[in-house]
Amino acid sequence: MQPIYLDHAASTPMRPEAVAALQPYLAEIYGNPSGSHRASQLAKTAIEAAREQVAELVGATPSEIVFTGGGSEGDNLAVKGAAWAAADRGLDGIVTTGIEHKAVLGAAHRLGREGRRVVEVPATTDGIVDLDRLADALDERTAVVSVMLVNNEVGTVQPLVDVAALAAERAPRAVVHTDAVQAPQWLDLRAATAVAQLGSLSGHKFGGPKGVGVLVVRDGVDLVPLIEGGGHEWGLRAGTQNVAGIVALATALQVTDARRDDERTRIGALRDRLERALLDSIGGAAVNGDPTRRVDGLLHISFPGVEAETLLVALDQEGVCAASGSACSSGAIDPSHVLAAMGLERDRALSAVRFSLGAASTADEIDAAIPIIVACVERLRVAAA
Amino acid sequence: MARVLVAMSGGVDSSVAAAIVRDAGHEVAGVTLKLWGGETDSGCCSVSDVEDARRVAAQLGVDHYVWNLTEQFEAKVVAPYVDAYASGRTPNPCIECNRTMKWGTLLDRALALGFDALATGHHARIVATAAGPRLARGADPAKDQSYVLGVLGEHELARTLLPVGELTKDDVRARAAALGLRTAGKSDSQDLCFVATGTRDVFLGARIDRRRGRFVGTDGAALGEHEGIDAFTIGQRRGLGVARGRRTFVVDIDPERGDVLLGDRDDLLRDEQPCIDASFVGAVPGRDEVVLVQVRAHGAPAAGHVHEDRVVWREAQPRVAPGQSLVFYAGDEVLGRAIAS
Repeated sequence: MQPIYLDHAASTPMRPEAVAALQPYLAEIYGNPSGSHRASQLAKTAIEAAREQVAELVGATPSEIVFTGGGSEGDNLAVKGAAWAAADRGLDGIVTTGIEHKAVLGAAHRLGREGRRVVEVPATTDGIVDLDRLADALDERTAVVSVMLVNNEVGTVQPLVDVAALAAERAPRAVVHTDAVQAPQWLDLRAATAVAQLGSLSGHKFGGPKGVGVLVVRDGVDLVPLIEGGGHEWGLRAGTQNVAGIVALATALQVTDARRDDERTRIGALRDRLERALLDSIGGAAVNGDPTRRVDGLLHISFPGVEAETLLVALDQEGVCAASGSACSSGAIDPSHVLAAMGLERDRALSAVRFSLGAASTADEIDAAIPIIVACVERLRVAAA
Repeated sequence: MARVLVAMSGGVDSSVAAAIVRDAGHEVAGVTLKLWGGETDSGCCSVSDVEDARRVAAQLGVDHYVWNLTEQFEAKVVAPYVDAYASGRTPNPCIECNRTMKWGTLLDRALALGFDALATGHHARIVATAAGPRLARGADPAKDQSYVLGVLGEHELARTLLPVGELTKDDVRARAAALGLRTAGKSDSQDLCFVATGTRDVFLGARIDRRRGRFVGTDGAALGEHEGIDAFTIGQRRGLGVARGRRTFVVDIDPERGDVLLGDRDDLLRDEQPCIDASFVGAVPGRDEVVLVQVRAHGAPAAGHVHEDRVVWREAQPRVAPGQSLVFYAGDEVLGRAIAS
């Protein structure tokens, strides 16, 4: 039985175009892009072509594209790198939100232990950062403002334009970073990230490979690198580049961008069908995150009276892959810090499951998944009664 | 064929348990419980143990899941453990974990998911009798864990498999090696998973205001000061730090005054042991019946008669610290348990 994969927010299958683009760079074109001979030049050319491609797709110049080892690395480089670089200017404030990915929060916590002032602004119950609280947190000495573009658990789109405007007014010396890892499938990055000076992406969230990402660093933004060495990537990320991964990432982003509008419409209709069916068939089911301000592929839904951790096993045993909270490295599910920051009550938070659809999702899969989900919830509710 | 959920700790016993259940033709899934993520995560629930369990499951070709029960473990095992010491009792957290976590939440979830049984790597046996399933000592006397499973009743036993209980530890390691399991040579877990060896007072000190007080002799003489009653257990001999010129035991603890009473071994001897919360797998043994009573995980049982609220010893026995489990046996079979009071 082929599993029904409803966990695209965790990772996506690689787009066939990206798989094809990657192939020549495994065995045929293997030179070190930093070398001087022809073998190296082929690799170097491929990276620079990918850089131009990505720059165009995110609305940046090639010199503003830094290839990284993924989303978490980009988040760390942005938040720590900008905070360290701002120390010379006497800036010591980090302002972020309680609904960020752990990569941003982990970087912020590290900076807090180094003695910086860190504020995590909560979200409102609809999963949107509380702008009033954000405004209160900003000041003249704020170095970094980091607010994600799309939340990875509930799928809400954050008001980055408003965040940037508040930052410009109240924290004029701060740089604005956005973790845009969940955005490329749903938002045109040229417009959506335009107001940020730093933006992180991860290849495997939009049909590219794992272990490769992008940090957009606007010209003029100072960063201290995490990895130092041979001066690769404008001196911001030393280490021989992942040539095959970079080429595939660029291809995946190109395909994603070209098909975005069509795929959004199609996937959004599937998500809505799934949501309607679950709300109609399962008493007490409740959607989390503002339904009018979330990305098309995501359904975050609570089934009160059912433990999400058990439900996920029941679904997996029936061939449906879904997720809940944020999986830690052991595979255990930690109680969601995002739902806590939204102020969701405990039973609703512990019974919440995330179904995330993507380019590979089909109507047949959704139609097959609906009765399985309904039956699993029913069974667990009967057992708990 | 049945559907069996195997509790896989990442150790050799539960690895082999999973293999035996699978080879018996059952449909198997493994689950590892993440119980403790605290500052002293040293034992059965660290990430490397989860990884070992996952790798073994993959080797056996069975599904594997991880459940995060840290909040429940804190509420149902750790907090009562701390409370017990704070009030001068000596808890059995492993037994509480078995009762509330493994044969509580885990068994409930397994049954809700449609599994027919829960299997673990404990060294004990479940034997079918005319009266129903009964727990019995494991085949390896040195590794027998029936004491910590003394809380299981018929409902639990009827839905439990203990496949390594029929094997000696050497057999288990040999089976693991023959299967090429990565856990074959792994050492046995020691002590508590949430308190590093020898650091109980540090752990408790971080959670409670330790009740300092005096050492007092049975004659009422003051014998010095101590840092907290939680460091002591009735019957304890080692680590007292008091010189009385002869073998000295903790014979009582007064949590109100903070006194730790010291005396000789004879001062511990009692004809009866009061107890609470007695429960039995099957029929309640008659007062005339001689049962064997075990008062610690590895210790020789003593003969006595079980009454509702006490055990009447055949020969005087040292007092059992309040909070410790008394497990009742007839031969190798577990009859039930109670808690010393």
